Amino acid sequence: MTPAAVQLERAEAVIGGRSIWRDVSLTVGEGEFVSVLGPNGAGKSTLLKAILGLLPLAAGRAEVLGDRPGAHNERIGYLPQRHGFDSSTRVRGADLVRLGLDGGRWGVPLPSWLPGVNGSHAAGARVREVIELVGAGSYAHRSIGDLSGGEQQRLLIAAALVRRPRLLILDEPLDSLDLPNQSTVAALLQRICRSERVAVRLVAHDVNPIQPYLDRVVYFAGGAAAAGRPEEVISSQTLSRLYGVPIEVLRASDGRLVVVGQPEAPHVHTERHA
Amino acid sequence: MPDLGQLFDYQFMVNALEAGGVVAVMAAVVGWFMVVRRQTFAGHTLSVIAFPGAAGAALAGIPVAWGYYAACALGALVLSPAVRGGRSHSSESAVIGTVQAVGLACGFLFVALNHTVLNGLDGILFGTFLGIDAGQVTTLAAVAAATVGLIALAARPLLFASLDAEVAAATGVPVRALGLAFLLVLGLAVAATAQITGSLLVFTLLVTPAATAQVLTARPAAGLAIAVGIALAVTWTGLAIAYYSPYPVGFWITSLSFALYVLARVGRALAARRLRRVALA
Repeated sequence: MTPAAVQLERAEAVIGGRSIWRDVSLTVGEGEFVSVLGPNGAGKSTLLKAILGLLPLAAGRAEVLGDRPGAHNERIGYLPQRHGFDSSTRVRGADLVRLGLDGGRWGVPLPSWLPGVNGSHAAGARVREVIELVGAGSYAHRSIGDLSGGEQQRLLIAAALVRRPRLLILDEPLDSLDLPNQSTVAALLQRICRSERVAVRLVAHDVNPIQPYLDRVVYFAGGAAAAGRPEEVISSQTLSRLYGVPIEVLRASDGRLVVVGQPEAPHVHTERHA
Repeated sequence: MPDLGQLFDYQFMVNALEAGGVVAVMAAVVGWFMVVRRQTFAGHTLSVIAFPGAAGAALAGIPVAWGYYAACALGALVLSPAVRGGRSHSSESAVIGTVQAVGLACGFLFVALNHTVLNGLDGILFGTFLGIDAGQVTTLAAVAAATVGLIALAARPLLFASLDAEVAAATGVPVRALGLAFLLVLGLAVAATAQITGSLLVFTLLVTPAATAQVLTARPAAGLAIAVGIALAVTWTGLAIAYYSPYPVGFWITSLSFALYVLARVGRALAARRLRRVALA
């Protein structure tokens, strides 16, 4: 049996002496598409840092790809929350994807026309392959700063995927995109999740553009978290328990979820959290 | 038409051409990364700090070159806490600006205290190609080999950290150490370049060729090659013109590289417009 991509048992995270969340248990299986939800400051990004081994747990146990967090970061694709590249960034999209593959290597790469240099060909082929996978073939040769937010995001996803990670972590990848782009990028992520057998873990404010694609949801609020299938977690009962106040989840006729009665509703996108 | 062979008749001119070539290659390579990292303001501050270094060395009676290197290395260390991670942020510019003002004031003080250096002030600020001896050429070549070698060794992690510091750090690139190392390399490059172009015109070799290359291409390897080519061409041409003209070499190198930059921008704007017109038709 293959180990779970991520497993947390009664985990607690503490930053600056303050407990961010405690008693969090969850499992993400191989090839699952998971979204981490919750209001600002509830500890969504903290969870990503704990998984990457950048923040040690204060209590509990965590296992990532069958080992301690941080042990296999080369098999994790990571896409942090970001503001896009502006037009003065003069580097091709394909170069950025290539850096995702071998940007950590020291020394000068040998040119591929030298006899006996095959690695460079294989690397170039992999870069082209992953660019096709995210559908960026028509603009990957252009300067990344000249591309739209959605195009940049696809190339960044390609850069995170190029090393064939087992786990793909995305922090607010839909944040700066317009609604049609949000849903196409979410669909793209689900397709990758299935075809590449990579567990995808995505942090988001707004569940609606991604909800149809999700296998699981982790919802952070009030210093705790609930994990499970989307319809189990995003329910009046679970959210009322998490927040400790009565919450009502309404389903609109088009299937969209509206959360009523919480201090800061996640479907109302206000600002980026730190 | 002046006799170009005359250029190589004097040893000082041969030294200047060699030193200029060495400096051009180094400045273009380091400058390309500086532009990508958006540390132009930090680079400018280092070049301003080079001025009190040189003036102070002249006042103390030690070789001016030592003053350049010492001041720029010190400047890089002072600036490093302010310039964090990959790209500069606006909040850091206050610290950098303050350091710059103090540097200029110190330089002026040293010049005022030392009346003999006044004749050399033009050279310190705007460059000179007179009096570059063979020893200096050797030192410049060694500094250039070291800086270009270090950059080549760290090229990919440095580019990765410059474009996407967070992801680079998550994959194990030592982003902060690279940032400090790059500032020190930038300091060395500025100190060496200042000896040819003068401390105020360092940017003519450090920024303009790199900026022109970035206008022309978004490919990293091609951009570096174009930057080096432009820097070499303007340096040698500038030195040759300065030899026959009464104006300082820094002025000529600056004018030539500026002209190429303008040409590149105009050319790209025209190409973009034609592309749009084709797309519309």
